[in-house]
Amino acid sequence: MYVEMRHITKTFDGFQASRDVSFGIEKGFLAALLGPSGSGKTTILRMIAGLDRPDEGDILIDGTRVNDLPGSKRGIGFVFQNYALFRYMTVADNIAFGLEVQKKSKSEIKSRVDELLELIAMKDLGKRYPHQLSGGQRQRVAFARALAPDPQLLLLDEPFAAIDAKVRRELRTWLREMIERVGVTSIFVTHDQEEAMEVADLVILTNQGRIEQIGSPREICLQPQTDFVRDFIDAKRFEALMDIV
Amino acid sequence: MADKNEKDLDRDLVGDGIHSIQKVIQPHKAYSRPVIKYILIGVSVLFLAVMLGIPLIVVAVNALSDGWAAYKEAVLDEYTVKALLLTLLATVSAVAVNTVFGVFAAYLLSKFYFKGRQILATLIDIPFSISPVIAGLVFILTFGNIGWMGDFLKAHDIKIVFAVPGVILATIFVTFPFVFRELFPVLNAQGKDEEEAAALMGAGGFTIFRRITFPHIRWALLYGVILCTARAMGEFGAVSVISGHLRGKTNTLPLHVEILYNEFNTTAAFAVSSILVILAVLILIARNIVEWKRK
Repeated sequence: MYVEMRHITKTFDGFQASRDVSFGIEKGFLAALLGPSGSGKTTILRMIAGLDRPDEGDILIDGTRVNDLPGSKRGIGFVFQNYALFRYMTVADNIAFGLEVQKKSKSEIKSRVDELLELIAMKDLGKRYPHQLSGGQRQRVAFARALAPDPQLLLLDEPFAAIDAKVRRELRTWLREMIERVGVTSIFVTHDQEEAMEVADLVILTNQGRIEQIGSPREICLQPQTDFVRDFIDAKRFEALMDIV
Repeated sequence: MADKNEKDLDRDLVGDGIHSIQKVIQPHKAYSRPVIKYILIGVSVLFLAVMLGIPLIVVAVNALSDGWAAYKEAVLDEYTVKALLLTLLATVSAVAVNTVFGVFAAYLLSKFYFKGRQILATLIDIPFSISPVIAGLVFILTFGNIGWMGDFLKAHDIKIVFAVPGVILATIFVTFPFVFRELFPVLNAQGKDEEEAAALMGAGGFTIFRRITFPHIRWALLYGVILCTARAMGEFGAVSVISGHLRGKTNTLPLHVEILYNEFNTTAAFAVSSILVILAVLILIARNIVEWKRK
């Protein structure tokens, strides 16, 4: 298991966001944390990133307990829900930021930034500022910025929520392909079951701070283990998909 | 306006002063009936003329009523120059202290959540609601000879009341919310995401402030500094109580004007006032440049 959560609990001001959460994700997998809003999926992601601390339980990345390690030392990249691009920096400077902080050499930074701009097909837009970009372009920049320091684990918080429905499907396919090409273990949070079913290798279904079921999209659809899963997942919608898989 | 991005609109909702004013300037067509427009313009102009225009003319006319020579003499008078220097000292001190404090407080209250956060924000606003005279009195009762700290200060030979430190202290007190008030909404609207993103990439606190937070608050900070300067230079009430009106020692420009006026030295009083008016106009120009840049 590359990422492992062991009996995690977390409470915010009396609200229990995580109740005994345990799961593991293997290296190279693209996992979806799926659940209704308020089910605690973002909290799980933020705890893996080190942005929030669990009250109890262990978080392991690559076999090491990282509870006491700051997020910046965990080898992760994070894509925020609204991308959190640095609005006073150009696209290129956004992507370079993580490398500059690591005190990489100028030439190394430049070649890495160019490489990533090419990857996200925005070679000519390096000098633009975030507010001059479309939603989809911003997401691609956020993705490139998260990948710049070569993380072993990529975390994405509702990566498609801020994008309009029309381009969402297109971006989904794009992101899936990119993650496959880069070969980075990834976890994304979503409340959209279609998104989770179509994109992920592994779906972790959360509800009221608990994990309801973990499995491939196929298993979740065909063998729901709890009443909640049966109600929540609209299996009929995915029948066609399941046949293909 | 047309090319406003989402972030600007966010700021409008939060009630960022300047951007909200822009909205008001562009009213819906139905409301811009010409008759109403001209009546409102007329009322505004009349009001400004009575409240601002005429008094300013009076200052200029009276200041120059005995001719240039008298004006120059009043302005270059030893006590006037000393009062001007003290005013500038108090202003610079207040701006320096309140800028540092304002940045820290605004950063703390917008980026961290803790119990009593709301109470702290309210306390910072107290100088806005309290009468400056009372602020001055409070300082006398705290630092004066019969005050709580009187014995301690006397033992260490520190003089605050009826001395320059008191003047500076009173000026700082009266102006301390300005920088905070300008920065807080801007920082609040920014959220924590950008800082969290930078921290996750391994940036330290100072790098985050310098590269992420500061570019965002730059103009708001300058605007706050300008407002703080304007208020500090004009402060009368609190300083009047605590200064003791010692000519050439603890007199600031506004106090000096009052003294001259009470001595029936009208020309000199208006001449000295004109220094303050000129400084105010300079600040106004600076303010407008910043406002325009900030868009």
